[in-house]
Amino acid sequence: MSAATDRLSRLLALVPWLRAHPGIPLPAAAEVFGITPRQLRDDLDLLFVCGLPGGAPGDLIDLSYSGDRITVADPQTLDRPLRLSVDEATALVVAARALADVPGLAGREALDRALEKLEKAVGAAGSVAGQVRVSLDTHAEVLAAVQRAVRERRRVHLRYLVWSRDELTERDVDPMRVLVREGHWYLEGWCHRAEAVRLFRLDRIDGPDGVEVLDIPAAPPPGAVSRDTSEGIYRPGPADVRVVLELASPARWVADYYPVTGVRELPGGRLEITLHARETSWLHRLVLGLGADVRVVEPLVLAAQVHALARRALAAYGLDAPSGGADGER
Amino acid sequence: MERLLNLTMCLMATSRFITVSQLGELVEGYEPGATEEEQEAFRRMFERDKAYLREIGIPLETGTDSAFSDEVGYRIRRGDYALPDIALAPDEAAALALAGSLWSTTALAGPAASALRKLAAGGAAVDDGGLGALDGFEPRVDATDPAFEPCLAAVQAGRAIRFPYRKVVETGVTERHVEPWGVLSWRGRWYLAGHDVVRGAPRVFRLSRFAGPVRPVGLGGAVRVPPDVDLHAMVSAQAPPDQVRTATLAVRRGTGHALRRHAGPASATLPASATLPASATRPTPAADMDLVQMEFADTERFARWIVGSGPDVIVLEPPELRAAVVARLRAAAAGTAGVCEAAAVPGGR
Repeated sequence: MSAATDRLSRLLALVPWLRAHPGIPLPAAAEVFGITPRQLRDDLDLLFVCGLPGGAPGDLIDLSYSGDRITVADPQTLDRPLRLSVDEATALVVAARALADVPGLAGREALDRALEKLEKAVGAAGSVAGQVRVSLDTHAEVLAAVQRAVRERRRVHLRYLVWSRDELTERDVDPMRVLVREGHWYLEGWCHRAEAVRLFRLDRIDGPDGVEVLDIPAAPPPGAVSRDTSEGIYRPGPADVRVVLELASPARWVADYYPVTGVRELPGGRLEITLHARETSWLHRLVLGLGADVRVVEPLVLAAQVHALARRALAAYGLDAPSGGADGER
Repeated sequence: MERLLNLTMCLMATSRFITVSQLGELVEGYEPGATEEEQEAFRRMFERDKAYLREIGIPLETGTDSAFSDEVGYRIRRGDYALPDIALAPDEAAALALAGSLWSTTALAGPAASALRKLAAGGAAVDDGGLGALDGFEPRVDATDPAFEPCLAAVQAGRAIRFPYRKVVETGVTERHVEPWGVLSWRGRWYLAGHDVVRGAPRVFRLSRFAGPVRPVGLGGAVRVPPDVDLHAMVSAQAPPDQVRTATLAVRRGTGHALRRHAGPASATLPASATLPASATRPTPAADMDLVQMEFADTERFARWIVGSGPDVIVLEPPELRAAVVARLRAAAAGTAGVCEAAAVPGGR
């Protein structure tokens, strides 16, 4: 859409919206429309001089703002919003269908009713919605238990796999919210073990038995604030180790699967990736698993650790490493 | 802008068809003029305005009322223009608001927000009590792939596209020509499903592997989507698993938790190795290891997973899985051999 059609679209929606919200403060209306109060004032001044042929006072859109409150007395023909465009219908119908597929969703019944009305109202504009689909992968039983805990504000006991350390942990968590980011479901809550706000990936909770909703009210301390996830779930911290890997072509998929902070194309289809890691034991596993398709550029200590692990593993098979190295074996 | 609004309102206020020359007289902002040049400029302006109105979805109807004139007229039927009365209850409006927030920062975030504003303008009750029962639930989908918008547009327009694509195992980029059937987000990643024109078969493409711009080809509306197409089935079946086999592994106690979640305990006796005496090839697990059994389909992928655990997970059976693991261990040891003298190894576990 061009700037002109964007604005026309907004103006046509603005009149009936203001009419449905009589006396709304100007800043509040501007926020809903995602524009500045200044832009909204310009919009209102423009609407003020528009109307039906004739241009007599009774033919114009009649609106006023006294102080900061807006009132529409006569919208002329713009008393109803324009029907949803294909884009708008697609966005809302696809999203509502994705949510409706989530098992055990609280408010599911309201969503089903809304979706039915919406599909009827959008008519033909909704036909593309069948060609766009979002599958929110769920872990139904775990999700249902966690949602119940959030809803009833109750503490949960989790058996949780800390994947980066390959460690199974037990902890009590006061749930704050359930969220989906980049295809994974998370529970955010106050962790009594870490004494901090933590995110727990639902697929790393140890199955349906790994979550127990306790008969204790959840009471996150007042200082517990949700993490800002707008820039992604993972945020590099100052203590993180910078890791640079060179991937051969068959290992290029790594850049899609891990939170890389930099990607550089190299000759021959090779790829150099940079990532930041708080813990490195998961990197041992990654580098070992990639075998000949990865080269550790930095840090050197990671390469050395991987080398030592490979030698010990080969020894467990009764084999020697292909070339000698003076690392200390147990 | 005033002219566009005046034009819209004028066409909505009439039940008759209004001709272009009538619009020139009626609508504030048009100056039909007297000379041929001025007339021509006015008509060009009207054509552009008409395109704007149609672009945002205003149903502009053409026709004529007069049997004596063949000059075409225009009008907007209010019933076609207006969003039907949808009368959402507060909890229904809240559910749709939550759904709309799914798109976070994607190309569909703007349309979702404007759709919600239209619903609110249409009188949908909005409960100031917030999301009520849905409180605490925040689904978000990301679509940072540059290919998302052009693919979505191609699907909406029913138009074929060409794009450079990198298949994961290939080093090279190949040019694809696809009739798009749909886009799908599955396990957090976006895919395009469609008919690959060159290969003459249905194919699935991951948007993150598009290696350059998407170019529309051919006419809009030319793509016919098969009526029985199931996007989800297409994408999830992209890599059909081959024959499933069982591996026997020795796992050190207190480790391999992710792996154990998919494993079952091993039977007391190991299957005999088919070709060689078992003792000749099969390693002996250490005393602090448990035996588990696990099903796998793709030997190389499974080997990659197991190798990651280093000395904590050892393959006992089958031999080809063991060989794959050993080959990867040797590669990892060889690839890192140069550095182990250079860097101090903080004592192994």
